[in-house]
Amino acid sequence: MSDLFIRFRWVILTILVFVFVTLFTAEFQQAQTTAVLASALRQSTPLLFGALCGVLCERSGVVNIGIEGQMLLSAFVGFMVASATGSLVAGILAGMATGALMGAGLAGLSVTLQGDQIIAGTVLNIAAFGISSYFFQQGLTLPSGKTSPVSLGPLADLPVIGRVFFINPPLTYLSLILIWLVWFVLFRTRWGLWTRSVGEVPSAAETVGISVARVRYTNLIAGGCLAGLGGAYLSLEAVGSFERMMTNGRGFVALAVMIFGRWNPIGIWGAALLFGYASAVQTQLQFRGWLADDPQFIGMIPYVVCIVVLAGFVGRARPPAAIGQPYSRE
Amino acid sequence: MGVAESPALEVQGVTKRFGDVLANEDVGLRVERGRIHALLGENGAGKSTLVNIIFGLYQADTGEVRRNGEVLNLNGPRDAIAHQIGMVHQHFQLVPVLSVAENVVLGDEPTRHGVVDLDRAAAVVRELSERFGLDIDPKSIVEDLPIGIQQRVEILRALYREVDILILDEPTAVLTPQETNHLLNVLRGLADTGVAVVFITHKLREVMAVADEITVMRRGRVVGHTVPADTDESDLASMMVGRPVELRLKRTPASPGDEMLTIADLVVDDDRQTRALNGINLDIRAGEVVGVAGVEGNGQRELVEAVTGLRGVVSGSIILDGEEITGRSPRQISTMGVAHIPEDREKFGLIGAHTVADNMVLNRYHHRPYSRHGIRRPAAVDDEATRLVEEFDVRPPNIAAMVATLSGGNKQKVVAAREFSHDSKVMVAAQPTRGIDIGNIEFIHRRLIEYRDAGMAILLVSAELDEVLGVSDRVAVIYGGRIVSCEPAEGIDRDRVGRLMLSGADG
Ligand SMILES: Nc1ncnc2c1ncn2[C@@H]1O[C@H](COP(=O)(O)OP(=O)(O)O)[C@@H](O)[C@H]1O
Ligand SMILES: [Mg+2]
Repeated sequence: MSDLFIRFRWVILTILVFVFVTLFTAEFQQAQTTAVLASALRQSTPLLFGALCGVLCERSGVVNIGIEGQMLLSAFVGFMVASATGSLVAGILAGMATGALMGAGLAGLSVTLQGDQIIAGTVLNIAAFGISSYFFQQGLTLPSGKTSPVSLGPLADLPVIGRVFFINPPLTYLSLILIWLVWFVLFRTRWGLWTRSVGEVPSAAETVGISVARVRYTNLIAGGCLAGLGGAYLSLEAVGSFERMMTNGRGFVALAVMIFGRWNPIGIWGAALLFGYASAVQTQLQFRGWLADDPQFIGMIPYVVCIVVLAGFVGRARPPAAIGQPYSRE
Repeated sequence: MGVAESPALEVQGVTKRFGDVLANEDVGLRVERGRIHALLGENGAGKSTLVNIIFGLYQADTGEVRRNGEVLNLNGPRDAIAHQIGMVHQHFQLVPVLSVAENVVLGDEPTRHGVVDLDRAAAVVRELSERFGLDIDPKSIVEDLPIGIQQRVEILRALYREVDILILDEPTAVLTPQETNHLLNVLRGLADTGVAVVFITHKLREVMAVADEITVMRRGRVVGHTVPADTDESDLASMMVGRPVELRLKRTPASPGDEMLTIADLVVDDDRQTRALNGINLDIRAGEVVGVAGVEGNGQRELVEAVTGLRGVVSGSIILDGEEITGRSPRQISTMGVAHIPEDREKFGLIGAHTVADNMVLNRYHHRPYSRHGIRRPAAVDDEATRLVEEFDVRPPNIAAMVATLSGGNKQKVVAAREFSHDSKVMVAAQPTRGIDIGNIEFIHRRLIEYRDAGMAILLVSAELDEVLGVSDRVAVIYGGRIVSCEPAEGIDRDRVGRLMLSGADG
């Protein structure tokens, strides 16, 4: 436990500073603080889904820069299905299936055909953009509306925290559960041990009878489900409709979140909250009309945070050793 | 033939081709239960290819593998493991960031309610390590362990699976004499319980000591099968190499000149900030070889790294021909005249993805004539590389080949050729013949003596006691970060040196 603290000291420190600042401001303007925090959580959720997808892929040794595309197409398909059937659950499942299918496609290109993983991921992005733009129809709506918040009883009555964490729609709760689930799978189960060894030294895994291809396929498909949930979150939970390019780079920011979180779901949560907070502050500042003539500057905030964090931390984080390399036995 | 009489493992007519290379050609092998079968051959003879086929990692082009008379259809290591075949790989197949226990149980983990039971794994490893006397801490992280200990993890992993056939691919290449003897005892114990052991090596002493049967390979073919009683070391050496080989190094007495390297009161920490060297004093004169003998992990690595500038010094001084080099950068020290054959040639000595030519000038590519005004001059590099490849007999003699594609012995020749070729005053040779075969060992040893005779001061660090005794003019024994004895090699008592290595005292 204590080495977890040391390993994530920067993430923890950052979170503490935010908590402190938040408490300080909450003293004066509780309503606004609550709004910013709730918005931070909303903004962080798709990043969290994307980064958890990334961590499953990269821990098994496959770079996935196609998360953006997986989320985009899942958002689209999820929305179309929900709109046609009137069922949000069907939409969410369709989003997951879309992400999973794209994960399988990425596995086919990079594991079976041993192609370049960056190119394979780019293919996903281009395909998703093309397909979702081509079939996009203006004016479709969700007959049932978007997913609605569920209040967790007395917990929801806690000051500030209650409103932020305990009155949320279902996919947000699911993302919070998935953090711990992915962590548990990666670091406690047999599959996680296999995944990590395949991502570090695939030949070592192979020599003890673990199928590198099977581990990579499974993780890419499972990761695809998570990215699909991220997409469904955007169209069915956050917005309630689909727009062209609605992922808006979140799939790439998710990769930064994954790196900043050091390929560990718990670190990733902290990192996602940081990025979410930056987005929320940006929205809040725009809302208040800061720099109203040049809103781009405020819009830049999350991306500046992203660049600063990447420039400052990437060198120090250690990715899985076999990442990006196709594996073959002979 | 009834099942009862069929051997535990039989290979028939196996041929395997990699591109143009015929790695195995019509190879046959019979391995009996309860016997240690030594597979002997130079690097590149095809030993690893053969056992990788038996282990299911490679698919043979033709031929078959039988187990108790039944033909095996091996699609991967999983199938081999299912047939109780275990293997200790030449290139360790360990996950460096995982713990010893995790590495041992990987692929066959004890679990409780779906959770990997690391405590039980650690207990199993502890039990195995006690049973076989392979001392190890199950919780330590593999990448923090020295090579010799990492080897134990590989062996424990095979033992954990309770194999009937145990294949070890050059397991002793990285072990000290004590560790080797110990391993050979472990293997004998296993064979006595009925396990068939296939033991790959090119160390003749070990083969004669432990093998029940010997198969010799050369250039992809089996060239001989015998038993220790019918043969001797020089016979086997000739069979392996295909020509008569000089096993004992011919050498003249040294004629030492001025002091070239003076190490005084050197104190150095290791990676974990604990003392590795506790005040070492050692001097080497021009024209002599000083060998440092010791069990691995007694400060040899830190000594080499301190002298070559790869590691900071806590206190003390290192003087090269009158000039202080303590605290200088590796490049400065190299330019001032310290050549270095590193212990881990793959990591520190070579760039695998570059050509032989580029690797040959790795220590001076930025000097004339290889660069001028900051622009590289490939023609000059190629000329030098062609000359060195010829002089050091690098095979294949192709300066455009990627270094990663060479065999271990030829990689080492590239490092040696480069390090010997610039005018150095001092050569620091760390495990210069580790993992390479007889023909090349003989070659490197002769070179060391030649350069000594030309006036170089040579610091030889080796875990092979025979190598230290055979090549050095003076032998220093290192124990617990101290030099516990330093005396002329002439007439030295091998057993006494062994005792000093083990306990630091001559008692
Ligand atoms: N995976 C491979 N790809 C191409 N060539 C290989 C491969 N493995 C071995 N070889 C070649 O096959 C020959 C035999 O190699 P190997 O079986 O490793 O020999 P040994 O173990 O006896 O040193 C060598 O010439 C080597 O370069
Ligand atoms: Mg080999």
